[in-house]
This record gives sequence, C-alpha cells and structure tokens, in this order.
Amino acid sequence: MSVAAQAPVRRAPRWLARHETLLTIILVIALIGLGAFNDRFLTLDNLLNQGRLMTEIGLIALPMTFVIITGGIDLSVGAIVGLCAIMLGYSWKTFGFPLPLAIVFALAVGGLAGFVNGLVITRVKVPPLIMTIATLALYRGLAEGVSQAHSVRGYPEWFYIMGQGDVFGVPTQLLVLIAAIVVAGVALDRTTFGRTLYAIGANETAARFSALPVDRVKLTVYTLSGLASGFAAFVLVSRVTTTRMDMGMGYELDVIAAVVLGGTSIFGGSGTIWGTVIGLVMIQLLKNGLALTGVKGDATIVVIGVALIVSVLIASSLQRRCD
Amino acid sequence: LRRFASQEALLAIAVIGLAVVVGFVNPRFLATRNLADILLGNAYIAVAAVGMSMVIISGNIDISVGALIGVLATISGSLAVAGAPVLVAWLVPLALGVAIMAAQGAIVAYLRIPAIVVTLGMLSILKGGLISVTGGKWITDLPQSFHLADLSVLGAPMPVVIMALATAFAAVWMRYSPSGRAIYATGGNAEAARLCGVDPQRTVLMVFALHGLFAGLASLVYATQLRVIQSTTPSGLELTVITASVVGGVSILGGVGTDVGSTLAAILIAEITSALVFINVSPYWTDAVRGGLILATVIADILRRQRRAARGWKK
Repeated sequence: MSVAAQAPVRRAPRWLARHETLLTIILVIALIGLGAFNDRFLTLDNLLNQGRLMTEIGLIALPMTFVIITGGIDLSVGAIVGLCAIMLGYSWKTFGFPLPLAIVFALAVGGLAGFVNGLVITRVKVPPLIMTIATLALYRGLAEGVSQAHSVRGYPEWFYIMGQGDVFGVPTQLLVLIAAIVVAGVALDRTTFGRTLYAIGANETAARFSALPVDRVKLTVYTLSGLASGFAAFVLVSRVTTTRMDMGMGYELDVIAAVVLGGTSIFGGSGTIWGTVIGLVMIQLLKNGLALTGVKGDATIVVIGVALIVSVLIASSLQRRCD
Repeated sequence: LRRFASQEALLAIAVIGLAVVVGFVNPRFLATRNLADILLGNAYIAVAAVGMSMVIISGNIDISVGALIGVLATISGSLAVAGAPVLVAWLVPLALGVAIMAAQGAIVAYLRIPAIVVTLGMLSILKGGLISVTGGKWITDLPQSFHLADLSVLGAPMPVVIMALATAFAAVWMRYSPSGRAIYATGGNAEAARLCGVDPQRTVLMVFALHGLFAGLASLVYATQLRVIQSTTPSGLELTVITASVVGGVSILGGVGTDVGSTLAAILIAEITSALVFINVSPYWTDAVRGGLILATVIADILRRQRRAARGWKK
C-alpha cells in the first residue's frame, strides 16, 4: 500500500471519531427527550417495530456506504427496488416461476442492474451521478412498463416470514440486517477489499498506480448495491404483502441521508459502517419519535432535510479545522 | 461548419424527423391542436431546463428544482385566491425562487458542501414542508386574471413566448457576456478560471440565483396554466428537467453545452411521450424510453469526448 492509501486512514479516525461521538450524543439526547415526551416511544415493542421498518433502507445503506467511500454515488437504488419487486411478483404470477425461484430471480435482476451501472461507470467512464440518474429513470420505467401498473398480491403464508415474522421475538429482517451490518463492517475494516475502497476514494489515480484493482472493486461495489436493493425489495414485498411498481420511490434520498448523516464524506475516502448505522437509527427514531409526539409524517421529512444539511456543515467545518 | 454537426442541430433534425415519421403512421399526431398541446404543456420544463443547464455547465447539479416549482406554484396560486393583486401573485414566486436557490448556491459556493447534498436536503425540506403546510389541499377558484398562460402575444401563446424569450436571452447572455462565459470557465476548470481572474464562487452563487429565477418563471407558466393547483410536488419533475439538459448536450462534467440544446431536448422528450400514445404504446413505457434515451445520450457524449481527447484537442 502506498502512502496515499494510508494517509487518509491515519487522519480520518481523529475527526470521524468526533463526528460519531457527536452523533451518538445527539442520538442519546434525542432518545431521552422523545422518551420523556411520550411513554410509548421507549418501549421494546416500539423499538423492535422501528427496527422492522428501517431494514429496507438499512440493507441498501451498507453498500451505499461502500459506494460513497469510493467517491461514487448510486441514485438508482430506489428504482432497482421497484424493478425487483415487480420482477418477483411477475415471474411468480405471470411466468409461473415457483416462488423461491422468483425470489432468486429478483435478486439476480437487482445484481444485474447494479452490474450494468458499474460496468458503464468503469468502462465508459460515465460519472456515477449521471449514470445512476439515467438508470433511475430506466429501471423505474422498466418496472412501470412490465407491470402496466398492475399489482400482484396473494402470496403464500410462508413468504411473509421475512417481512412480518419474528425469531425469538425479534423481527426476522432485523436479524438479517444485523448480520449484514457485521459482515459489511468487517469487510470494510478488516479486508483488503475494504481498505481498497478507501484508497480509491482518497486518490483514484494513486490507487491505480499502486496496482490496486480499481475497476474490479468499483464494479463489485455497484453490483453489491443492486443486489442489496433486490434483497430489500424481497423484504419490502414480504412486509407489505403486495407488489407495486412505485415501490422504493425516493429510497435513494433516505439511504444517502443515512450514510451522509453517519459521517461518510460525499467526496469519498472516509466513512464507517458504524456511522451509517447510527445515521440510520437516528433518522428512523427521529421520524417515529416526532410522529408519536404528534408531528405529521410529512413534517418529519423537513427535519431530516435540515439534519442532513446541518450535519454536513458541521462535519465539513470540523474536518477543515483538523486539516 | 462544425456547428451543423452539433447537438443542437441533431436535436432539431430529430424533432422534425420524429414528427414526420409519427405523422406518417398516424396523421392525427400532426394536428395543430396536438402539436400546440405538446408545446404548451411542456414549455415550463424547457424554461426550468434553461436554469438547470447553467447549473450543470458550472459543474453542479440541482435535484430540488421539481419540489421548488411545486412550492412556488402553490404559493402563487394561494396568493391569487387570497385576493392579492395578480402582479404580486406573479412576482412573489420569482423572488422566492431566487432567494431559495441563492441560499443553496451560497452554501455550495462558500461553504463548499457538494450541490448534491445541499439540494437533496432542500428537496426534503420543500417537499415535506409543502405537504405539511397545505395538507395536499387543492387550490381552486383561481381568478380569471391570474391565468398568465392564457394570454398571447401577437398570436403566440404566452408559455411559448416565455420559453422562446428565456432560451434566447440566456443563450445570448451565456455566449457573449463575460459573466456568461465565466460559467463555462468555472465548470471547465475552476482553478484555471480563478487564475484568469474569474471568481468561481461568485459565479456559482450567480448561477444558482439565476436558476432560481428561471425556476420561478417555470412555476409561473405551470401554475397559470392550471385550473386547479394540486399543491403537491410534481413527482420526478427534477429528473425530467435534468434529462432535458443532459439530452440537450449539456455535459455533466461541466463546461460544455447550451440552453438552446436543452430547450430543443425538452420539446423532443415531450414529442416522444406524445408520439408513444399515437402509435399505441402503453404510456407506462414512457419512463423506460426516456431512461434509455438519457443513457444513450450520456454514453454517446462521453465516447465522443474521449475520441476528441484522443485526437489531441479538447472541447
């Protein structure tokens, strides 16, 4: 590894630690504050239920953290969720696939959608922002075209275990999310793959000259993002029991908000899974807490928008002071 | 000579060619009524794309414009219904558009937060704010005099006049004025621009403020066309506007493109959407066609640039 690859790693934890500490403190204060306002908020039932609700965003936020660390972005994730949900429902209902095969098929479509993003980004060198804006329209359009706005429902009972079931009292998908968090965290922090992500984000040219497989790693990251979106689609369909073409609409905003709120720099080169998880939990609990204290759902979006801008402002001023 | 092979010329040919081909398949497509509907119904997208082109040329992006247009249209309509003078209902959205966009531009330019993050946050704020304030109520009983879009100048309907004027004004200004050239310089290479005496930060702020003005104008065309304003944000509008810019030849890498191209592209996209209906393709395929179109244009643009760079000269 070259100096360029190590430099940000050595420097980052200092302010990152601060950002995450700051975030955790805000989270704890928010928790206590919201809990004091409403006695339904800090109950185990409510918290577990919130865990259920945040899983889809969380699953996508993990690979999105990877993507953003490499200095990229993926705006097509919400559209991929919609496309995969439609593919799941249609391959089962219309093409007559057995349901387990339909699930695998949907995951494959998600992986393929992400792979196409990654392929064009690495081979043709289209900027990720533009590529994924284009495929956001394309994938959503395919979902609309294939489904012709028809929804699919009436899945068998076992299908709902993922979205509505419990294992030892914990929502099934929350366990999946926790496992995914551990895997992503270890992959990012303890493997060559993970360290390569930081190297690419910090200085892509330097990473190339250090003989790192830049294109292959980027391709992997975008494919993972598509795959995770496909899995999120499965969880979502299982939770809400129906397949619609507008599923996952606007997810990209929630996902990116969680990642950026968690301290991952949008310029690439720094960020942690831990931060993303805190960002994710914070957004979900903020939404829920505000809703319980009587704030309408739409007003909580405003709070998230403000939180996003303010947190990035604070992070960037902290970062400048550290440099 | 090279200008004839430009994106603008290609788009103009595509706009006419498509009309001829679809007209051949279904002559009703060429009915004056239909062509006028296409232009009138989409003029506001072209107007918004003028500002968006400037933002993209300067090397930034704005994904809050759709929500902003929804908010401004609602404010404009509410003012008119509340009995404010029509002129106030028309001018307040323009001023507010400039103010909101300038604020975002200031954060992007001076605090160096990437435009994608700032406008993403603003999108949430505007969208959530609008629904929680209005509750999604429809605005009806708009006074007759409010409908600016129903007026016409020398026989040309107002939305088309505004679209043409906005495009022409911006095109000339961007091509010939020093501040207009500064946008290209900033987007092409901010550091080089600075060394040439251009202030990139002020340029970005100015671009966003102007973009706000065009967004205000777009919301005006949009709102005054409607008999009922839905007081929600038109979903995916930002995407349509960005598509128009990108298909119009504005390069997302900054520094290249014109708003003539984006206006032509806005017309082309509207034409395609309408054509699909006339050749009996389900409207649910429209977005897929549009997505494929952006993808193809973007890839072609990048490949063309790479080939030019390989030949040893830039832009």
